[in-house]
Amino acid sequence: MHVVVIGNGVTGITAAITIRKLSATHQITVISSESEHFFSRTALMYVYMGHMQYQHIKPYEDWFWPENNINLQQGQVTYIDVEQKQVLLDDQATLNFDKLLIATGSKPNILNLPGKELNGVQGFYSLNDLQTLEANSKDVNRAVLVGGGLIGIELAEMLYTRCIPVSFLVREEHYWGSVLPKEESQMIQSHILAHGIDLHLKAEVEEILGDASGKVSGVRTKSGEVIPCQLVGLGIGVFPNIDLIRNCGIKTNRGILVNEYLETNIPDIFAAGDCAELEKPDQQKVVEQLWYTGRMQGETVAYSICGTRKKYERGIWFNSAKFFDIEYQTYGKVSARLGPEEGTLLWQHPNRKKSIRINYLLHTQEVIGFNLLGIRYRHEVCERWIREKKTLDFVLKHLKEANFDPEFYRRYEKEVLRKFNEQFTATFALKDKG
Amino acid sequence: MSNHQESLSIGYNYQDETDTIQKAALALFAVGLLLLVLPLFSFNPEVNTFFLWGGTTLSTLALLLYFFRTYQKSHPGVRNNGVWLRGSTSRGKIAWVTAVVLTGFYIILYWFPQYLGNLIEALNPTSQWLRGKPADHWFLYGSFYTLAILVMGVRAILKYRHSPYQIIRTISVMLFQFLFAYLIPAFLMLLNEPEFYFSYFWPLKYDYLFPGTLGYLAKEPGALGVFMVFWSVIISLIGVPILTYFFGKRWYCSWVCGCGGLAETAGDPYRQLSDKSRKAWKYEVAIIYPILGFIVLTTLLLWLNSMLGGWILGSLSNGFSQAYGFFIGAIFSGVIGVGFYPIMGSRVWCRFGCPMAAYLGLLQKHFSRFRITTNGGQCISCGNCSTYCEMGIDVRWYAQQGKPIIRASCVGCGMCATVCPRGVLNLETGPQEGRYMPTNLISPENIRILN
Ligand SMILES: Cc1cc2nc3c(=O)[nH]c(=O)nc-3n(C[C@H](O)[C@H](O)[C@H](O)COP(=O)(O)OP(=O)(O)OC[C@H]3O[C@@H](n4cnc5c(N)ncnc54)[C@H](O)[C@@H]3O)c2cc1C
Ligand code: SF4
Repeated sequence: MHVVVIGNGVTGITAAITIRKLSATHQITVISSESEHFFSRTALMYVYMGHMQYQHIKPYEDWFWPENNINLQQGQVTYIDVEQKQVLLDDQATLNFDKLLIATGSKPNILNLPGKELNGVQGFYSLNDLQTLEANSKDVNRAVLVGGGLIGIELAEMLYTRCIPVSFLVREEHYWGSVLPKEESQMIQSHILAHGIDLHLKAEVEEILGDASGKVSGVRTKSGEVIPCQLVGLGIGVFPNIDLIRNCGIKTNRGILVNEYLETNIPDIFAAGDCAELEKPDQQKVVEQLWYTGRMQGETVAYSICGTRKKYERGIWFNSAKFFDIEYQTYGKVSARLGPEEGTLLWQHPNRKKSIRINYLLHTQEVIGFNLLGIRYRHEVCERWIREKKTLDFVLKHLKEANFDPEFYRRYEKEVLRKFNEQFTATFALKDKG
Repeated sequence: MSNHQESLSIGYNYQDETDTIQKAALALFAVGLLLLVLPLFSFNPEVNTFFLWGGTTLSTLALLLYFFRTYQKSHPGVRNNGVWLRGSTSRGKIAWVTAVVLTGFYIILYWFPQYLGNLIEALNPTSQWLRGKPADHWFLYGSFYTLAILVMGVRAILKYRHSPYQIIRTISVMLFQFLFAYLIPAFLMLLNEPEFYFSYFWPLKYDYLFPGTLGYLAKEPGALGVFMVFWSVIISLIGVPILTYFFGKRWYCSWVCGCGGLAETAGDPYRQLSDKSRKAWKYEVAIIYPILGFIVLTTLLLWLNSMLGGWILGSLSNGFSQAYGFFIGAIFSGVIGVGFYPIMGSRVWCRFGCPMAAYLGLLQKHFSRFRITTNGGQCISCGNCSTYCEMGIDVRWYAQQGKPIIRASCVGCGMCATVCPRGVLNLETGPQEGRYMPTNLISPENIRILN
């Protein structure tokens, strides 16, 4: 049985390793164009900032692959022949497969605006982008970053460590306004500003300006402001990388359409990770573009490939990030805007950048989500509380168990409880009056 | 026209640029160093004492000024910017020059101390005042060793000021070095008591359990000698296992020990240079345990010998001390252990050579409540933890699988937890049972079972 995996990102590699765990005899070939070995995409920023070198962001040493009999091949797949069960490579070689996993990841979105092709305009996704950024950020007086999400702020931090002044354009009213509630967002904004980053809210680019040599020289925003700059970094999201799949007979929408077993419409061909679009039985379609989901989908699909079909189940939502020095962890459901049935309790440190938010359902008091800034909480504990529908009362009483901060860190449970009590009494007092 | 979208910034903060104050501080440091070596070329003891003290004071203050300025400009948080872009911390030319200078210093110290004669002489008044006897090259070395821990300790505190764990731990190594490995031994000598280090134990200070040493201490007049015997035996054989059971190896290696103290302070800029490969781990196991075995065997033999009236080994004790002291003490812990900081990282001795670390490590692995917990499925395999592990442990290997990290070599410095950008790691103690249990939350298979 020959399994071919296209893409050596976290999805493809987790699948390959899991297949090897499940079966000693499957022949496994991973083809990828970007790099010879698997590296951590999430760590690209640390290479630019000099915290690590490329060799450090490879999660496995090079001996790991031959020792586990996982065959790595660097190359670009140009066509999939679903009839012949063959993939065609850019060097014209062909490779037969019994089962195929497509895990080709994403591509950064491009701004569809005049000037987008100028030198010095770039996204940030691949190793190649890292090299381009290294070149593009030489002799720069100012950089403009577009897009108020995670890649935008990573770019801001990266350029900050190279002493390059940054103007950061965010379309929303608040930083990462589609995900973060206003208070969290404001804390992060003040942190961004404290670094001297030139943050513009409700700002959109209208045109990227260039000089005679075809190099970027500034941007003009919709409000008419012109910001001179020599580098434009785009962090405006990603879309599934499915160029290869078009015209192969594999069904696509935004991404490669797969069912809950991560199977495509063609037998023996699977897709997972950033490039896949999950079609749920209720017709809902989702593309999940996260490291964690890539890892989980990679594992699930390995089971299906090895003949034990498994449904992909996401479990209770979690995510994390870091905004300059502020760590962010989230568990369960905390939306930017509260739902009608939802209540929220928020504690913020009076002068340090720390906050705890607990969301719950108003009628049952069951806790549905946590948002943490500058404080670490235990994944297991939060997950269990949410899964077991623990009430707010219970959670507040046991809050200590969730704390994951290192020893000797100040604990804030008492303050949190006091604050929550105040807020709670106020809520009920209001209700009584009304 | 720009209206509400006007820039909101409060002035760009060039945190990572070396400014005039920093440059001036570095220049003063260089001048201080020059003054410090002048005594090597002059023959007037009084002038030399002046140069030595003047140079030391100037370079210390200049360095402190540099560190204060550096960290004053940056926000509290992980500041490893440029570590792998600068030659000095990524095995570049400056690193090699530093290594050659350091190694050269150790070679002179161990084998040609006569060349340091003037410096030693210049330290005489201090030594007389502190210990009531003339300075020797070990006093010179001890003084600068302690100073290095104190000055670089201040740097570590400033650098890691966002982490109470790192601050407290650093203060601890600074105090243990200054009090227990410097002032108290000196004070004991002043009082004509045996020079004794209360913070060093067998098998690192292997002779502290040798019959010769214990016999000599016990024969000292007064109760202090007997107390020292008691201290040595009780701590080495009972205190170490108990403390390691409750806290892990770290109570010693990164809180008390002087070698660890230097590594955590002066060695901090080099912690990322430790080799994380599997090959290095194989060398580690192949070297460190035989050294421990050797010391245990020798100690047992010496006791047997002493009980049988000396007919097995005669006066081997002396010869042993000299040979071991030369190969392990001088070459390993000094020349390679510290001299190669800028090339091989700060814990080469602790990782490959130290018998105490081996002893503590075995206890930590099999008989301790200590572990580094990983937080559910939050790891993004970035590699910061592994890179900044001074003991060369591939922390990520465990973290990305959601497994707790329980390794004999872990000294519990806590740096992996400090640098992790996702809050994944935590040094914890808890019941031994289930200590190795991985999280349920990495693999969807487990999540399914939970649901
Ligand atoms: C800068 C950055 C930071 C991020 N930070 C986080 C984070 O903190 N947390 C988080 O959850 N997620 C984060 N993400 C998202 C996360 O990295 C992705 O979701 C994840 O890497 C997707 O993995 P994948 O294996 O599906 O795809 P990819 O990692 O994109 O791998 C796909 C591979 O397939 C190769 N490939 C594509 N087409 C072909 C072809 N035709 N032939 C051969 N090879 C091909 C590509 O070259 C690529 O190497 C971040 C992403 C970026 C860019
Ligand atoms: S544990 Fe933290 S530092 Fe280590 S690889 Fe995972 S996310 Fe990175």
